[in-house]
Amino acid sequence: MSISVSCRNVGKTWAAGTPRAHEALRGVDLDVADGEFIVLLGPSGCGKSTLLYLVAGLEEATSGEILSYDTPVSGPAPDRSLIFQETSLFPWLSVWQNVTFGLSLGDMPAAERRKIAEEVLTRVGLRAAIDKRPHELSGGMRQRVAVARALAMEPKVLLMDEPFAALDVQTRAKMQDFLLDIWRGSGASVLFVTHHIDEAVALADQVVVFTSRPGQIKEIVPVDLPRPRDPFAPEAQDLRRHLTAILSAEVDKAFAEQEQEAAS
Amino acid sequence: MAYQATDERGSSAAPSGFQALLGRFKGPAVAFGWTIVSVGLFALIWEFLWLVGLADPKLLPPPHVFMGNIGEQAQYFNTAQRWQIGADPTAGPTPYEAVAITVFSSTMRVLSGLTLAAIISISVGIAIRYWKMVENLTLPTITLLAPVSPVAWLPVAIFLFGIGNAPAIFMVFIALFFTMTLATITQIDSVNVNYLNVARTMGASKRQIYTRVILPAILPGLLIVLRLNLFGAWMVVLIAEATGVGYGLGQVIMLARNTFNPGLVFFTIVLIGLLGFFFDFGLRMAQRRLLYWLPKGAGSLA
Repeated sequence: MSISVSCRNVGKTWAAGTPRAHEALRGVDLDVADGEFIVLLGPSGCGKSTLLYLVAGLEEATSGEILSYDTPVSGPAPDRSLIFQETSLFPWLSVWQNVTFGLSLGDMPAAERRKIAEEVLTRVGLRAAIDKRPHELSGGMRQRVAVARALAMEPKVLLMDEPFAALDVQTRAKMQDFLLDIWRGSGASVLFVTHHIDEAVALADQVVVFTSRPGQIKEIVPVDLPRPRDPFAPEAQDLRRHLTAILSAEVDKAFAEQEQEAAS
Repeated sequence: MAYQATDERGSSAAPSGFQALLGRFKGPAVAFGWTIVSVGLFALIWEFLWLVGLADPKLLPPPHVFMGNIGEQAQYFNTAQRWQIGADPTAGPTPYEAVAITVFSSTMRVLSGLTLAAIISISVGIAIRYWKMVENLTLPTITLLAPVSPVAWLPVAIFLFGIGNAPAIFMVFIALFFTMTLATITQIDSVNVNYLNVARTMGASKRQIYTRVILPAILPGLLIVLRLNLFGAWMVVLIAEATGVGYGLGQVIMLARNTFNPGLVFFTIVLIGLLGFFFDFGLRMAQRRLLYWLPKGAGSLA
């Protein structure tokens, strides 16, 4: 199996060389196999989103290197699609124009693009919304359009930065099922950032747990549960308990640090 | 999940037919009603003060006096050289036509200045963010000149353009240009960074990011800036006209001042107020047309 994303000793310091320098990531070694679903789990502000931005090529690592299919990542590329927490659809474009925005940057004729939009929107179950505008859709639907927009680029790696964090619990559960369907159908690898343990257990092949500042990999926990998963199975419960224990230790540490900082 | 659109506009949920039509016009009708009441109340107080002898009709003629004889006021709207020695006072347009011509020429000056300022300042603002060198060369000067009162530019306008339409348009332009350029830059800086990241991950070039993402993203904010500056444009054009650009509402006000004609002053003020009101209304309509993607209420300042 080939490696879709490989991080080797990756570190990132924001504002390096200034008094405000802030180390976000240190020594991250991570291999993502082709078609694997990886969840990055950690307390808020631990640098897991930073790692996603580095893999996307939107930011540059200060140390180490990132490879995608054996090619060093040197900038953004259409086959690595990023999906954000907040809606990032362009409000001035209709749904289908949003979905094919990336394709419209080249010289693909509109008729052809619309056909692709129809096909991709059917896959996410929103064929009927093709001519709507983003503000006419609910939050969950908007995120599905965002997924459709990523799919239209036929990505090999889907990078998701807490994409369901702004949704209510019921919608979130639906969206997780939906995402698993899409993932199975597309064969892409997924790097999914969250701070929700339930979400990690529901989705991941492997959960990568991060320490708090600077973000380092604390433990990689494989999730060998058959899909579709039963969230109430004893194995899932055990796994959640284990992840909760690791995470709360990290959160305690982060709290202590913040207190110290406030005191100094 | 069943297909279901969130109803932010509130219109699609309303019952169809007559009731919907009624609902649609109810808001504006009520607002218009209160406008009438508000203006009426003000006029009533004025009339009352006149009635009890507190408002001297020679200095503060009440509305029924200065609005009562529009024909008499209209004759002062000087479009032909009616007042020149030797000119036939009956020649040229009728007084009513003269009012129309005066209003039209002032309006055209405001419109031209506004359009010119909008196009140039948006272009300059974008250029400043697009090329660092443009920023280095122009932004300090623009920032320095922004707080200068437009009135200070009046002599410059006359030096450069003499008298006529050009200096008045220049004044409107200069009153808007600096603030609108700075506003454009602020708007560009506050574009949702996710929009830019989406475009970048999809392989957009810098040029494409500017034309396809930044420009549409900053339009709503810029239209609001334009509307806020509209009243400023009207003030400036009156000042420019008062110094002699031929004919215009500002010139009529100056004439009224010089001939001690308070009735004419108030009549012209009413005209200017109405014009500003309808201009703002027009821009609001344009905004709704141009920014079809904004849900009603968001950023409309209505």
